[in-house]
Amino acid sequence: MKVSMTVNGVVRENDVEPRTLLVQYVREHLGLTGTNIGCDTSSCGACTIHVNGESVKSCTMLAVQADGATVTTIEGLAKGDTMHPMQESFMQNHGLQCGYCTPGMVMAAISLLDENPNPTEEDVRIGLEGNLCRCTGYHNIVKSVLAAAKK
Amino acid sequence: MPAPFDYKRASSAAEAIALVGEHGDDAKFLAGGHSLLPLMKLRLAQPAVLVDIARISDLSYIREEGDHIAIGALTRHHDVEHSALLKQHVPLLAHAASHVGDPQVRHRGTIGGSIAHSDSASDLPATTLALGATYVAQGPNGTREIAATDFYKGFLESALSPDEMLTEIRVPKMNGAGWSFQKFNRRAQDWAIVGVAAWRRGNEAGVGLVNMGSVPILATSVASAIGSGASIADAAALAAAEAEAQSDNNASSEYREHLAKVLVRRALEQSTK
Repeated sequence: MKVSMTVNGVVRENDVEPRTLLVQYVREHLGLTGTNIGCDTSSCGACTIHVNGESVKSCTMLAVQADGATVTTIEGLAKGDTMHPMQESFMQNHGLQCGYCTPGMVMAAISLLDENPNPTEEDVRIGLEGNLCRCTGYHNIVKSVLAAAKK
Repeated sequence: MPAPFDYKRASSAAEAIALVGEHGDDAKFLAGGHSLLPLMKLRLAQPAVLVDIARISDLSYIREEGDHIAIGALTRHHDVEHSALLKQHVPLLAHAASHVGDPQVRHRGTIGGSIAHSDSASDLPATTLALGATYVAQGPNGTREIAATDFYKGFLESALSPDEMLTEIRVPKMNGAGWSFQKFNRRAQDWAIVGVAAWRRGNEAGVGLVNMGSVPILATSVASAIGSGASIADAAALAAAEAEAQSDNNASSEYREHLAKVLVRRALEQSTK
């Protein structure tokens, strides 16, 4: 089935099997491998991307469901060599250890601030409940998001 | 990824029902997909045809209709959680929706999908049951109303026939009743090991239990005890009377029954103004 969506500002069209997951479409058809697959059961949040401006777990969505949508992945955040303020904040605050959860964390955190621009620490911790960090580096992740909110 | 299937997209409820009717038991409605797709990836469900109903825009709404609030089946958890109308008239439901999964799940999952999936471990079936909701189903021969108390038939089994689609959830206004939602789990985004949705207005009360049996449970003994003037502690002691709690990796049935009593007591205390 033919799907068409705007990914990181570019219209992409491909023929996919209906069972193709959005995360597979992004990684395997578009070659955007910044989005990681962690658990593949919508638990860990590593595959979080934005569909029409909101965070979703792309392992639990079919590419055909995103037909016509506007999609942003981690690759779409930076403007040239200038990082997105959230990426910058993760770097400044050491909001990552191994880095595997980071693309999903950053995408979830941006969606969180879109909905709640002035979160408390508790808001951030609850707002990131869908993203797991196996290094347990939550403290600095929360610090990064709070710092980004102040920018 | 799931096993192969044919994908159809419907632009109206009538079209979706006709499409599912055409393909019989092999076809399933797909809304947000947050219950169905995980099952399909595990091969616990293998529909031959998926009928995508998510683009039926006139089934996503929250409206005030006299003594109740009408919620379109395709309304996402996120929109239930943030609805000013629900926060005002049915705050228990808006709050319970904020406990479903995590923000990403709530951006996709729908109230109708959650109820039609009829998982006793989900938050919204038990909550709408406690609130005395009525569900509206549309089939090839028109629509019918199903009381929440008649809807849940067994494990992941509802009163809907395969070619019937849940279209609306009608929830009575709470008219200022006290309420509480208690969800006990080990990790933030997990399903409840036991959950309790409760409201109380004087001697009237409604208590729904999450994950205390193969279907969501209405704790009628607790409500009748409150109705006849029992203390909260005495009423809460009856929390598991209607339940048939299962044992699993998270908890034994005895532990669940104990938890239900503790959580019902807390919920009634919080609901009592």
